[in-house]
Amino acid sequence: MVDGLRAYRLIGGMWIRSTMAYRASFAMTTFANFAVTALDFVGILLMFSRVKVLGGWPLPEVAFLYGLSSVAFGFADLAIGSMERLGRRVRDGTLDTLLVRPAPVLAQVAADRFALRRLGRIMQGALVLGYALTAVDIHWTPLKALLMPVMVLSGAGIFCAVFVAGAAFQFVAQDASEVQNAFTYGGATLLQYPPTVFGRELVRGVTFLLPLAFVTWLPAAYVLGRPMPLGLPHWVAFAPPLVAVACLALSGVAWRAGLRSYRSTGN
Amino acid sequence: MDAFIELDRVEKVFDVRKKTGFLKRERRQVRAVDGISFTVARGEMVGYIGPNGAGKSTTIKMLTGILTPSGGRLRVAGIDPSRERTRLAHRIGVVFGQRTTLWWDLPLIDSYKLMHRMYRIPDARYRENLDRCVELLELAELLDVPVRQLSLGQRMRGDIAAALLHDPEVLYLDEPTIGLDVISKAKVRRFLRELNAEQGTTVLLTTHDLQDIEQLCSRVMVIDHGRLMYDGALAGLHEVGESERTLVVDLERETAPIDAAPARVVKVEGPRQWLAFPAGESAAALVARIAAEYPLADLSVREPDIEDVIAKMYAGSTPGHTEKAVS
Repeated sequence: MVDGLRAYRLIGGMWIRSTMAYRASFAMTTFANFAVTALDFVGILLMFSRVKVLGGWPLPEVAFLYGLSSVAFGFADLAIGSMERLGRRVRDGTLDTLLVRPAPVLAQVAADRFALRRLGRIMQGALVLGYALTAVDIHWTPLKALLMPVMVLSGAGIFCAVFVAGAAFQFVAQDASEVQNAFTYGGATLLQYPPTVFGRELVRGVTFLLPLAFVTWLPAAYVLGRPMPLGLPHWVAFAPPLVAVACLALSGVAWRAGLRSYRSTGN
Repeated sequence: MDAFIELDRVEKVFDVRKKTGFLKRERRQVRAVDGISFTVARGEMVGYIGPNGAGKSTTIKMLTGILTPSGGRLRVAGIDPSRERTRLAHRIGVVFGQRTTLWWDLPLIDSYKLMHRMYRIPDARYRENLDRCVELLELAELLDVPVRQLSLGQRMRGDIAAALLHDPEVLYLDEPTIGLDVISKAKVRRFLRELNAEQGTTVLLTTHDLQDIEQLCSRVMVIDHGRLMYDGALAGLHEVGESERTLVVDLERETAPIDAAPARVVKVEGPRQWLAFPAGESAAALVARIAAEYPLADLSVREPDIEDVIAKMYAGSTPGHTEKAVS
């Protein structure tokens, strides 16, 4: 674990230094990342030019969901978004070169091509979240205030787990990076909309199977004082940290299994 | 002699699934390495050769801890590679001819700096090793070039340096001269020879190029179908395999087949004749005789291929069954 963090820091640091050697290019790619991801919100704004509410949620509250989801996913994407390339490494055999280095493979894959430009997504998400916080009338309590950072961190943790599990799956199915994208990028987009616009089955699925609902929907409903989705009790809004830890543990097990299978079968 | 690398009936069996129809798959077991035993002493320089798919790379991958053996016992410096991969990593250097261990998009020097930190190499050692490699492998002008812009020969030299910065006790090279031009090959070979002589680094290399073995290795192991077919000196391999070199002779006009025992004519095409002669014999004497007796225009000598040597080695002996259908 300590070795892994150290290796991650070393490799990530190298990529940051190399990025910073071309500052103008960094500024441009970060802005591009900001602009492209902000288009999602422009889409939502266009919708609201036609309707007053979306699934019963007004614009500021949808912006609240959008901001939270973007920031949480943005942190996960920044930290270990490179993991989606694992399948390619397995296919072309470059994973072998990581296995002869004295550092955990997970850390090496996660830090590879560390892309600081992904800060663009976090920034636009934070901006939208800032707007939402000024526009939404929240009855703040200390508990709700505490839940805000907890939500973002737990959400990032849950998305990290999805990234790791997806990468683990790529040990078996090397072309599955698109499947993984459906769950990571697709999941983040899903969470930008209120749960009430989706079918009950889907909401159940992302609550109990792939627990993305714990990133925003459940805790956000509590903070906004809305009824909990699926009629779940209020305390569920405080479960995200536990869910994140459980997901990370499970994805860690999946990763180990994937790596073990790679080392026994090769490619 | 203390055994630095030890293999005792090491096996690697792969399950290969082949699609035979919609949802129907046939499972086959392929014994890539089928009970190999050998030891390598500290400071030895060993060539590990065999045809494609013989199990060379699989062996290297097990020795480096990338792959877990299916059976048998394997130790490198007393360490079980697959169980203690990262501990072993500090003591071995690995060069893959076909793929780089360097960071593709970054300047060469960045990869080295990262190795420095990742392997926790003491500063003085790092500087010393880097300076030596830069000088001997002629890397000074390449250090600031991104790896993807290097030629194959430059990249190979860069990779070899990267594998040696942490003073490994053993260096594995998988096809280190594949695709290199003659000059690059010579540079790599000279460097490896000096490394082995001066640092006492144990070197194990796989190759397709018999000249690599001739110029570098006192010992050669031949593997085919996952089994060790030969272990000894290269000269002995030529004897066992009755390997022959080929002299291609261009005459000024067509003549009767050249008579120059022990060489024998294997093919005639107009004024060109192919003569096979034992690999141990000198070509010079043969050429002198032919030049004296025939209207010689031009000639060239072809070295035996590893494939030919191995094919001859066990022509007659039946190869064992290496693949078995399971279901």
